[in-house]
Amino acid sequence: MKRIGVFVCHCGLNISDTVDVKKVIEEIGKLPEVAHAVDYTYMCSDPGQEMIKNAITKKKLEGVIVAACTHTLHETTFRNAIASAGLNQYQFENANIREQCSWVHKDKKVATEKAIEIIKTMIEKLKLNQSLAAINIPITKKALVIGGGISGMQAALDIANSGFEVILVEKTSSIGGRMSQLSETFPTLDCASCILTPKTVEVGHHPKIKLLTFSEIEEVEGYLGNFKVKIRRKPAFVDWEKCSGCGLCSEKCPTNVTSEFERDMGTRKAIYIPFPQAVPKKPVIDSKNCIYFKTGKCKLCEKICPIGAIDYNQKESFIEENVGVIIVAIGYDLLSKELIGEYGYGKYKDVIDGLQFERLLSASGPTAGKIKRPSDGKIPKDVVFVQCVGSRDPEHGMPYCSKICCMYTAKHALLYKHAVHDGQAYVFYIDIRSGGKGYEEFVQKAIEDEKIIYLRGKVSRIFKDSRDEGKLVVWGVDTLTGKKIEIAADMVVLAMAAVPNEGAKELAKKLKISTDPYGFINEAHPKLRPVETLTAGIFLTGCAQAPKDIPETVAQASGAAARAITILSKPELEMDPLIAAVDEEICTGCGICVEVCAYDARKLHDIKKMAEVNEALCAGCGACISACPSNASIHKNYTKEQILRMIEEIT
Amino acid sequence: MDLYYYPGCTLKTTAKNFEIPALESIEKLGHKMIELPRWNCCGTVHSLAADDLIHQLAPVRTLIRISETGSDKVVTLCAMCYNTLKQTNKIMLEDAEKRDRINNFLDEEKDYSGNVTVLHLLEFLRDEVGFDVIKQRIKRPLNGLKLSPYYGCLLLRPEGIGIDDIETPRVIEDFIEALGGKAVESPFNNECCGSYHTVNDIEPVVERAKMIIDDMDNRGADGIVVGCPLCFFNLDYRQKDVKSSYNDFNFKPIFYFTQLLAIALGLDEKICDFDEHFVDPRPLLFSKKLVLGGQKRK
Repeated sequence: MKRIGVFVCHCGLNISDTVDVKKVIEEIGKLPEVAHAVDYTYMCSDPGQEMIKNAITKKKLEGVIVAACTHTLHETTFRNAIASAGLNQYQFENANIREQCSWVHKDKKVATEKAIEIIKTMIEKLKLNQSLAAINIPITKKALVIGGGISGMQAALDIANSGFEVILVEKTSSIGGRMSQLSETFPTLDCASCILTPKTVEVGHHPKIKLLTFSEIEEVEGYLGNFKVKIRRKPAFVDWEKCSGCGLCSEKCPTNVTSEFERDMGTRKAIYIPFPQAVPKKPVIDSKNCIYFKTGKCKLCEKICPIGAIDYNQKESFIEENVGVIIVAIGYDLLSKELIGEYGYGKYKDVIDGLQFERLLSASGPTAGKIKRPSDGKIPKDVVFVQCVGSRDPEHGMPYCSKICCMYTAKHALLYKHAVHDGQAYVFYIDIRSGGKGYEEFVQKAIEDEKIIYLRGKVSRIFKDSRDEGKLVVWGVDTLTGKKIEIAADMVVLAMAAVPNEGAKELAKKLKISTDPYGFINEAHPKLRPVETLTAGIFLTGCAQAPKDIPETVAQASGAAARAITILSKPELEMDPLIAAVDEEICTGCGICVEVCAYDARKLHDIKKMAEVNEALCAGCGACISACPSNASIHKNYTKEQILRMIEEIT
Repeated sequence: MDLYYYPGCTLKTTAKNFEIPALESIEKLGHKMIELPRWNCCGTVHSLAADDLIHQLAPVRTLIRISETGSDKVVTLCAMCYNTLKQTNKIMLEDAEKRDRINNFLDEEKDYSGNVTVLHLLEFLRDEVGFDVIKQRIKRPLNGLKLSPYYGCLLLRPEGIGIDDIETPRVIEDFIEALGGKAVESPFNNECCGSYHTVNDIEPVVERAKMIIDDMDNRGADGIVVGCPLCFFNLDYRQKDVKSSYNDFNFKPIFYFTQLLAIALGLDEKICDFDEHFVDPRPLLFSKKLVLGGQKRK
């Protein structure tokens, strides 16, 4: 018979107020298998743990029960304690007499009886517990980062600088992401490119980073430590190995197309490098607009290329990589202004979104940093900025706050005033949310020094003036004075809601991670596990999770990288062995367990034709145990016999 | 199947000249609209109060009259009737609790479950007749007459009830172009006309009418097309009050869409009874050779 020790915790008064601890000890002590039973105020404290360790040695205990709080809090504490006294850690059981007993009852007599019952059932379970060893899983010491914006780059650099290899996959032809489109950054107004390019260059040259731009994730298989990823490399129609990035091809290309990088405010060629500081600085051919691809003629780029790097026959290719961890950093987009009817459904050229205004401000933008409005190139003298367009608007937008708009709108208005001294900027806002170091001061400075007119209220309609084609009439309300406001503006800038990038939900599906209803990737715990997803080994960072600004994104990226490094730096992964197993004597190979397993942890062995368990994937949920028609599926230390004895004890 | 239409009070009294052109035009287009027997008040303004079921009874009774004919749809000519009947029908279709209470209360009537489709005549013309068919049938194209559509609220709101997109509706534009006119777009085509304020406080109505008409005038419209009798009243009759406050105001003729349809189909303009309009549209129509002389200024 196993010699069992029972330790009952008072948890201050949390337990002992409702449960008569002395009575419990007295009753439990009468059981033949209980070799030792004591109580203590705080079992989890150091003296409490010492008490357990001493008892194991002195009383030669073979199993330990601590009757205290829920196992989610202190199971590890007590397992470690008994292991340090030489006992197998799986000879420990936790009897929850707090959440499931003392906290939910008032009658001391009844609660005491229930506490005794709970402990007795756990004794029944413990009697049949096997001594188990942790499962060790090898780890591929390589990380995959999806997304080459500031967030993905920061995570990739942190991991690479710790000595691990990183594969960075970016769907466009250059890294840099949204930040590369920005002009200057709040609240310090440093130029976005100036602080970004050192990072892009470092990523581009890092010996530990394998950069795969113009590529997308095709398939993901495997599990923590052992992911297998298939990456699709889109055809650039340029041999990047040969290409020197001289740019002659773009110069000669006769086709002008609106540029995605310039948010349709400028043009690019059909063979193009998206922006001057692109990394890698290699062009791609946009086959939809290329004359050669449309008509079979032209080939000017091929003729001009001095090294013969143009390859019209390039096909898409696939690369397979094994990685141990994955970081998702797929960024954000802006809600399309075409969705907002009352602001003209995007039909007025001079109603632009925040990113378009960034391009107007940018020295490398379509107007070389001069603020000229898109319709006629005039310098706008009255500019209206509208915040919360599609954000905080459950009726026809998103219910959430996009977080970055208050700050970037203040920055926009301020930079506009710096560029056009005699201009007037108006900002319509609901609230000004400027939490952050130096943020509130920045907004106040913009309002006071630059005399920007902040109007608290929403804009109801934007339309072309019927008498003056060049003016946009903005109707709004100032809720502080209760007055209706009408402004004849030259340009309107809409702070559109930040939304997940296109394809976010699809990628989440491939990675088997969850998203919220809008498509932002869900974190494992909103407070305590903000950089992990619920799938072990997959981390998230940046605006893929929710809208956030650059400092917060960089901090989260480093956080995600640190969590990834925690895994990569271990020689092997140690996993709990309390999972499913197969009794091969009984298994008929029917395959029902394979179907019911939600974690892909079950498959039929090719030769043996019997079910087997992938120990790294099994979460120990028990679905296969209840589904198995021949009782061949076993849950280690939760066998049917154990559970039946526990039930018998309380009935 | 017979096509029933629900006229409502206005079309049978002050707006007879919108009803007759509608009936005759539809007949000309090869359909026949039968007036719903034993119809009653549509309920006028749809009550949005969640516990105010008594105001839903009148439209429910009308909907029951329709289902008794064996028809599964009804055409309305007035935007108010359209909106009230359609919103109430939605309640009867989707809200089981309210449906049961109303059906229990109306114990002398058969139970009703929202199975009638409520259409505005513009919808019927667009979706069932087809503007392309109308285009082929017209005898007197509007000769590029520049007209601004005006929708008001009840044809468009709320979402799911309206006959077109709330912010950029196209149906009247397409209708005008099918008749050979030129649609002049105005951002004020879904602004409020002042609605029932016109009964006891005309000042806001005068201001709104002036704003809407001036904007359409500035954009080059010769006339305005409406699909709601109340909008018509506020935009047409109230021009008298606009003029008395603003001397430089230019009168602008207002058309009910059925009148333009009748004229384009070559029907006698007398059925439109333009004498009933405050701003006589005949000089404009005459200038485009759409009517013979004869004009009157009130």
